[in-house]
Formats: sequence, C-alpha cells, structure tokens
Amino acid sequence: MAASRSALLDNLAGWGIYVVGFIPAVSSFWLGATGGLGADPVRAFEQTLGLWALRFLILTLAITPLRQLAGINLLRFRRALGLLAFWYAAMHFTVYLTLDRGLIWSTIIPDIVRRPFITLGFAALVLLVPLAVTSNRLSIRRLGKNWRRLHRLVYIAVSLAAIHYLLATKVLDPTQAIHIGLVVLLLGYRLVRGVVRRPERRAA
Amino acid sequence: MPAYRPPAIPSSEITPRSVYLRRREFMGLMAGAGLMLGAGGARAEAPATVPLKTVASGYKVDEPLTPREDVTTYNNFYEFGADKADPSRHSQDFKPRPWTITVDGLVAKPQTFDVDKLIAELPVEERVYRMRCVEAWSMVIPWNGFPLKSLLDRVEPLGSAKFVAFETVVRPEEMPGQSGLFQPMPWPYVEGLRLDEAQHPLAILAVGLYGETLPNQNGAPIRLVVPWKYGFKGIKSIVRISLVETQPPNSWNSLQGSEYGFYANVNPEVDHPRWSQATERRIGESGFFGSGRRPTLMFNGYADEVASLYAGMDLRANY
Repeated sequence: MAASRSALLDNLAGWGIYVVGFIPAVSSFWLGATGGLGADPVRAFEQTLGLWALRFLILTLAITPLRQLAGINLLRFRRALGLLAFWYAAMHFTVYLTLDRGLIWSTIIPDIVRRPFITLGFAALVLLVPLAVTSNRLSIRRLGKNWRRLHRLVYIAVSLAAIHYLLATKVLDPTQAIHIGLVVLLLGYRLVRGVVRRPERRAA
Repeated sequence: MPAYRPPAIPSSEITPRSVYLRRREFMGLMAGAGLMLGAGGARAEAPATVPLKTVASGYKVDEPLTPREDVTTYNNFYEFGADKADPSRHSQDFKPRPWTITVDGLVAKPQTFDVDKLIAELPVEERVYRMRCVEAWSMVIPWNGFPLKSLLDRVEPLGSAKFVAFETVVRPEEMPGQSGLFQPMPWPYVEGLRLDEAQHPLAILAVGLYGETLPNQNGAPIRLVVPWKYGFKGIKSIVRISLVETQPPNSWNSLQGSEYGFYANVNPEVDHPRWSQATERRIGESGFFGSGRRPTLMFNGYADEVASLYAGMDLRANY
C-alpha cells in the first residue's frame, strides 16, 4: 500500500518535471510567434532550445554527485531530465533545419559533414538517441549490465555539446563560461572519483 | 521717496554665466526627462537623437528597409557587451557630444575636427546600403553620412600613405563592455583599410541613421560604413584616423586570424571556418516562420563598383 502510494507520487513528480521542463520551449515559441524575441527570433528560439538541452544534461549529471556528496536522492527524476535533454536537442536541431536553414539541404548537409561546430552538435544528438530509446523499464531490465555501459555515452554527448556551444559564438561570454564550467566540474568529479575509488576496491 | 523698491536679488539666485550659457543642454536634458517620464520613467533612455539635414544620393538599394527598431536593438558593439541586445541596453551613459576626431599620420595637414562642425560643413547624404554581418545575418540600412574621401582630402594624404588606420574611443566608465571580468578583446577596437578602398565613393563615415544622428548603440557620433565588407569592418565611435605606410592591425584579425581577415570582403564562396557564408538571413523580414534565408552576393552586391579594387588578387588567401 505504502509502496504503491510512493510509486504514484514518483509518477506524478515525473510528469510534473515534464510539464515544468517544457515551459522554456513553449514560452520561447510563444514569444517568437508574437514578435517578443527581438530582431532575430529564429536565432533566439534556436539558442534557447540548445541551451536548455545542455542544462537538462547538466541536471542529469548532477543527480549522482548530489546523492554521493549531499545525500540528496533525486534519482527518480533522472529519466525525465535526460529525456527532456533529448527532446530539447531534437527541437534545437529541428529548428536549425527548418526555421533557420529553411530545409536547403544543399547547404545543410555540407555544414553537418564538414564543419566541426555543426558536426559536434549533430553527433551529440545522435548519441542521445539510443539513450532516449532505452530509457524505459523494459530496456533497463533486458540490457542488464550493458544498460549502464550504454548510458555512459552521456559523458561523450555532454562533452560534444559543450564544445559545440563553445564554438557557437565569436568570444566567450559569462553564460557560456558558467555552463561549460559546470560540465567540466561534473565530468571531473567522475574522473576524480574513479581514480580515488579504484585502490579502495583493490584493498577490499 | 520712491514708492516701489525692487527687491534685492540674492547673488545665490543669479544663474552663473557658465550655466546660463548651457541652457540648451539644460533644455535638452529636461526634454529628455520628459521623454523618460512619458516612457514610464522606469527605464533610463539613451540621449535622444536629433534630425539631420540630409541630401538624397544615388546610392540606394532597392530592397525593403530593415525597421529602425531592429537596426537599433540588434547589433554587435562589444564595448557595450557581447550580446546583440547589449548595445541598446547598456549605452545610455555614453556621451557622444562634444566629439572630436583626429586625422593624422602621413598627411600634409594633420587636423582635429569637431564632428558637429563637419556635419554642418559637409553635405550629409542618405545612403541605403546592405549590411552583411560575418555571422550570416543582414540588414538594409538608410545611413546618413559623407564619403570618407571628403575628410581624407582635407588633410591631404602624402604619397607614402598606403593604408588608413581607425581607432574607437576607450571609455570604460561609459562603456560597460570595456570594464569587468569578460572583456573579449583588448581596447581600443582598431580597424584598417587600404587607401584606395578608403577613397572609394561607397566608403562613408556615417553620422546618422534614418535621418537622425546616430544612436549610441550604433556607433555615435561617427562610424565607418564599408558596405562590401563584413560588418565588423565598420568601426564605431571613431576618435582617430591615421594614414600609414604598412597594413595596420584590425581587432578581429588580431584576435582570431584564421577566421577574420584584414580584407573581410563579403564573399559567398569563402566560408568562415565554422559556418558557411553562402546564405544569409535578412533581419526583420522573415519573422518567425518562413525563414528569410537568401543567397549572399559577391561583395555584398557591390561587385560592379568594387571588384576592380581586387583585380588579380587571390580572394581565398586574402579573406
């Protein structure tokens, strides 16, 4: 009885995250459609979606350190956050293809293939696809240990996304510095912890 | 005995001559304050622009003008911040008047000019030009200004002068991008042109926009406009122009030479390493849907006028 109630609450909280999580996209779209995003609404909307994709990736990566360092367990929200990151990345790419590049494939495809800035962003999105597809309970059960291995791809995806973001502007600005700093910090944490924990295991 | 004695006026109530002489400034301030109150009073408004007396010119692009609102709220002017909305948001403390511009170097008559005097003396033309940013967006802007050549003629360049170097003002107290933690580049912002480019009739010093003096965010009170080159060549708020013998540095080239050249001619065939320059998005035209992407034209559509300047030059090597 108690267990099912907590499962229900978790479910509600999960849906709550989706509802809240899509607010930036919806409000930005609304502003863009009604002339509230300034002189270049397409660019503003596109950048908002990309930035939130990175933000949700950062939140996903923050779950484990929060549990290990502060004892705060938000594990039940991680799937929703990860899926939000995927959906924002997918929307970001869709806006790039349509509103920004007007589906002119003759210029889009060479850009994806040849320009590291675009290639890296595209690769990050591609890496998120298998993670999103296997985010359901069935896949977790079926894949067993391999599921964890597969989902380590997020480290590569977030690194690519951060470099993509770094390359998007002519000079580094404070917003960029904060986000990329967080990515470095969260990845660095795992690196350090991996190094520190290995001798422990051997001792045990 | 006089029936009436005028009251003695305490000396503290007499307006000092220096203040009295500044009454126009005071009235301007009051008018500005009125505008601010009208606008809700909460936001500090930039000093109002004033109408310019202009003459028509034959230089007119037959394409819809980019709305003034977009031209004045979306642009790069890193001295006020790196975001394209920063210049309009953070330039209200900038004081573009009075202003002098020094023209020196390899010239017979080096001089310092008062900008308002120049505006009074030289015919200010309207020039409707395309503006193509290196970031692949573009506008159509009605500038008001005079040919750069008419200023250069006044100082009489020497035969040894081959290039023209430009320099932007440095005022960290009025330009928030020039102080603080995130400063993208060393100041002053500098730019340069070859002398024959600078003397080309299309190259102008703009003192206005849409028939009024330049707003602070667009480079008040005087800026360069070279319509066949990427926007970053259009150095703003110029304080010094020097004629020199060798190619002068330009800020973006010094910062990232592999991406931004000295020439920076608009060229759809030579891409920026990180993005294609084959197309551009016209600001203010497309709105949100139906992307206004259009092909970028060689020399931004001014090939007939300027291509001869670069005859025989490898434009891939000299990007």
